Amino acid sequence: MTQRAKRRRDERTHDTERLFRAKVYVSLKKGLADPQGSTIKEALESLGYGNLTRVRFGKYIELGLRAKGRGAAEEKLKEMCGKLLVNPVIEKYSYHIEEGRVR
Amino acid sequence: MRFGVVVFPGSNCDDDCYYVVRDVVGEEVDFIWHKERRVEGFDCLILPGGFSYGDYLRTGAIARFSPVMKAIGSFARRGGLVIGICNGFQILLESNLLPGAMMKNRSLRFICKFANIRVENNLTPFTSLCQIGQVLKIPIAHIDGRYYADHEIMRGLKENNQIIFRYCSEDGELSQESNPNGSKDFIAGISNRSGNVLGLMPHPERASESILSSEDGRVVFESVVSTVKRSPRRSLRNDCPPSEEIC
Repeated sequence: MTQRAKRRRDERTHDTERLFRAKVYVSLKKGLADPQGSTIKEALESLGYGNLTRVRFGKYIELGLRAKGRGAAEEKLKEMCGKLLVNPVIEKYSYHIEEGRVR
Repeated sequence: MRFGVVVFPGSNCDDDCYYVVRDVVGEEVDFIWHKERRVEGFDCLILPGGFSYGDYLRTGAIARFSPVMKAIGSFARRGGLVIGICNGFQILLESNLLPGAMMKNRSLRFICKFANIRVENNLTPFTSLCQIGQVLKIPIAHIDGRYYADHEIMRGLKENNQIIFRYCSEDGELSQESNPNGSKDFIAGISNRSGNVLGLMPHPERASESILSSEDGRVVFESVVSTVKRSPRRSLRNDCPPSEEIC
């Protein structure tokens, strides 16, 4: 296939797909000891922030993906979380998904 | 008998395991590169310690998808002996070949020191030459070694006698001071339900010669040798093709 034909094919497939950006927030499940969160809380308290009730530490992952629609993008994202991004024994997650490129 | 030591990008205890099996215990051993899709002719596989894939995302989370893991999963499900040491243990947990998960040490520090562990079950191929309650002095070296399991998993572990090693004092007493990383119920090593897969955080390969100030770790390898030689039928020398089942 020539470069031009390849480009045309790629453009065709992309026509039906849209770009999405997803933000995945991973955190420890409720009730699990979180020494990182406790240490951060203590550090903040030592800076004079005595009004903290709780600090939990987590991870933030940003992804850009192509999908036919929001539903398909969401489905793929959940699959990725279940397979790799999140360990369900200790972690839970939430996500935010919107149309557009990852900036 | 023949051991296989699986090498992932970032494994760093592979040579130590290889050396102990070949030169200290005196058995055959081969390295298995993680890209292999088949494992053939092995009686026991060792997943060594290290930092596979830089421990990115979570320890063991990416190594779990290495091509070799499908074959290891099918080897394990057919009763083949598998030992995961430190990062190898973490990979087995992420692969669901062992239950539970690893979390950051309670102290948030990397701990590298001798630990005492107590043998809780000697009816496994990995502890068959040990006495129940025997205390082994074996070093640990990890930052993600705090074993965690929820209530249900813990009940299963206890009911099936899957807790193989617990952190303890020199005299074999369980106390929070002798629990270096805050592991649930002092757990240092567990097996799967059928007892052919072992995961442990301490490094027996680092304590297999007197020059290293402890030879207590050698008994793990020697137990395997003794088990396999006593019942050669246990040996799974036949080919284990990759399995499509989840590991």
